Amino acid sequence: MKQELITDAELVSNYITGDESALSVLITRHKQKIYSFIYSKVYDRDVTEDVFQDTFIKVIRTLKLGKYNEEGKFLPWVMRIAHNLVIDHFRKNSRMPKFDNGQEFNIFSVISDSSLNAEKSIIKEQVQEDVRRLIEELPEDQKQVLVMRMYNDMSFKEISENTGVSINTALGRMRYALINLRKVIDKHNIVLTN
Amino acid sequence: MAKLYIEDSKHFETLKPKEETVNFLLNYSQALSVISCNKLKFEALLN
Repeated sequence: MKQELITDAELVSNYITGDESALSVLITRHKQKIYSFIYSKVYDRDVTEDVFQDTFIKVIRTLKLGKYNEEGKFLPWVMRIAHNLVIDHFRKNSRMPKFDNGQEFNIFSVISDSSLNAEKSIIKEQVQEDVRRLIEELPEDQKQVLVMRMYNDMSFKEISENTGVSINTALGRMRYALINLRKVIDKHNIVLTN
Repeated sequence: MAKLYIEDSKHFETLKPKEETVNFLLNYSQALSVISCNKLKFEALLN
């Protein structure tokens, strides 16, 4: 009851001045809201636990480094950190897809037949051919960077060394190549999905 | 259908972090100290 009388701002201020117990009160007060918020996005207990932990590690570091300046808005600030970490989690996962190893283990998530059927492989070939033709239409410098990055799997550092331009220029050319490709695709209503 | 909704909302209310996660955070906080040197700040984890 007494805890509720102290505002978040006061607790934050106490914590910054060295009162470690203030953090315990803040966590106890907001843990359910923050945890539920994270869970509502990721739907996985373990991931929620990790993101919750990372969120408060960031909170602790920011407060201790004296970088916190949003007085009176502690909870929205923590929620924003949690939200950003959830986004980071999904970004990381989209780069490194994992199979679901939950309580109900499904063997087909590991050994499923990912090969395409005849129809899908024909569509895939057509899409790849369309993309190749679109790339041919790009200006030479943009085409060069895009081919090196996407088809030769080179890093931007390697591309910059090979083409004799800076990394930033290579990144810029890649960006314009993608913008131009999107423009052409939109303009001609080209469908590039399998 | 109604049962499903009721069960879900109950399940949602019990969502909270594990005790060990909270303890880890409190211990991390106690162990972390920031050392200021001129205009620079250094973090130190002292266990």
